[in-house]
Amino acid sequence: MRRARLILTWTALSAFAIAFIYPFVWLLSASFKPRSEVFDHRLIPETFTFDNYIQVWQEAPLALWMVNTLFVTVLAAVAVTVTSAMVAWGFAYFRFPGRGVLFSVVLGTMMLPGAVTMIPVFLIWNSLGMVGTLTPLWAQNLFGSAFYIFLLRQFFLGLPREPFEAAKIDGANNWQIFTRVALPLCKPAVVVTLLFEFQAAWTDLMRPLIYLRDSSTFTVPRGLKALLDQFGFGGEWHWEIVMTASVITTIPMIILFFLGQKHFVKGIATTGSKG
Amino acid sequence: MRFVETRAALLFISPWILGFLIFTAWPVINSAYLSLTDYDVINDPSFVGLENYRTLFEDPKVGLALKNTFIFMVMSVPAQLVVSLGLALLLNSATKATGFFRTAFFLPKMTPPVAVGILLLMLFNGQSGLINGFLGIFGIDGPAWTTDPNWVKPGLVLMSLWTVGASVVIILAALRGVPQELYDSAVVDGAGWWRRTLRITVPMISPTLFFLFIVDSINALQSFTEAYTAFFGSGNTTYSNDAALFYAIYLFQQAFEFLHMGYASALAWLLFVVIMAITIVQILVTRRFVHYEGGNP
Repeated sequence: MRRARLILTWTALSAFAIAFIYPFVWLLSASFKPRSEVFDHRLIPETFTFDNYIQVWQEAPLALWMVNTLFVTVLAAVAVTVTSAMVAWGFAYFRFPGRGVLFSVVLGTMMLPGAVTMIPVFLIWNSLGMVGTLTPLWAQNLFGSAFYIFLLRQFFLGLPREPFEAAKIDGANNWQIFTRVALPLCKPAVVVTLLFEFQAAWTDLMRPLIYLRDSSTFTVPRGLKALLDQFGFGGEWHWEIVMTASVITTIPMIILFFLGQKHFVKGIATTGSKG
Repeated sequence: MRFVETRAALLFISPWILGFLIFTAWPVINSAYLSLTDYDVINDPSFVGLENYRTLFEDPKVGLALKNTFIFMVMSVPAQLVVSLGLALLLNSATKATGFFRTAFFLPKMTPPVAVGILLLMLFNGQSGLINGFLGIFGIDGPAWTTDPNWVKPGLVLMSLWTVGASVVIILAALRGVPQELYDSAVVDGAGWWRRTLRITVPMISPTLFFLFIVDSINALQSFTEAYTAFFGSGNTTYSNDAALFYAIYLFQQAFEFLHMGYASALAWLLFVVIMAITIVQILVTRRFVHYEGGNP
């Protein structure tokens, strides 16, 4: 009876796992097929070809898009991690009048839909002449982000206070206590913040749609949308190119997941427990 | 001493204070003002009073976008919850290789939403898509998911089930936190698996399910990228996209394609009110089903 149930569980899990993984395999396999065989649903391409990859590279400035995306992503992730950690530390370690009120304002901003601030923020960047550049995609992260401030503050609050008192007695100033004692202790939360923001910045489409005009400034997702508009819809029906570009866009995220799997899973699990 | 500590704290939180003033407080005020104007970015805003808000109620596209978004939320949120709870329960009762399965369920969540939108077009293609090919094995003639207005939203909902990985991880963490003693005594009482799941597991993890229900609903009301990728944009002349016109997409079009910044600001405030209203109703209605250890707060 117990055995029968275990077998049943395993069968169900395997069936779902195949259903979840199959689209990846299908996409990857299609990217190695010539145009006429893309939709033949064979798992192993009948005719194996690298042409799609070569063609994508010729049709689109993919390398440039990759560089743009990497630039935005690294700056966005590092900026938001450093400043959110600072702010979180300010809220967790110090006692000052108005702390509770200010922190509820931090939490309150999370309730505000992005749509409300989207237009005025665009107008700010527009008046600074930055529309069309990559700056609006990451510079806002220099001011921290409510969600990460919340996450990191929770982590700081869980730390024992003794190491900080000891450092203080040893003559460390506030900045040194933060960078030399607090940050190293909070490494898991810092890594989670970096990974989450790296993923968010890499996969974002809306902001690149709003701010980028010229193909040479595109990020990979924005470029992928442009390729879909040109080759998927545009009457030419070169799905093999769109699919190959999708594979190229997705692979860095898969690599990121396997590099930081443990942190991703832990970070997401703690997000839920705040409910 | 007190003053010194306050000064240090303010230095640490100053980035957020600055960011809040520049990128939240000012935009909120400006957005409220803009919603009372006609503004196309090139010419100065001209004050029109509540005109934009009146237009909201007369614009058939607003009604359509709201309807589409509601239908998508009502279909996708429960479906996502059921699927992620089911997968998490399965994972929790497996004894080996849970890491492998968890990775399999989570990986789609890493796919950029643009690529998810593209996958949707290909997997759900009426003639040559993988889904209809699969249905064909069982002799089912699948619908034209991407072109038939009646099947566009179900297609988007099914596609959204592919990216429930984060919910699975969250629910699994909650399941692991349910004390084993509760099950042991239930087994002694002769309760079967279904009974234990319904009477012990689901109540014990109900705060987590409640959290996901609220967050998923808020996200569904703002969903943009997958539907925009698949059904909108400069090149699309193939797909009838009225059925996929979500509220966030219409707002985006009004703001950045037609440059109706004033009207789009009014649209944004309506979205804010709608999200707030739905969230409050959901909290009031579902709260009594949520079980908190040590009594309801």
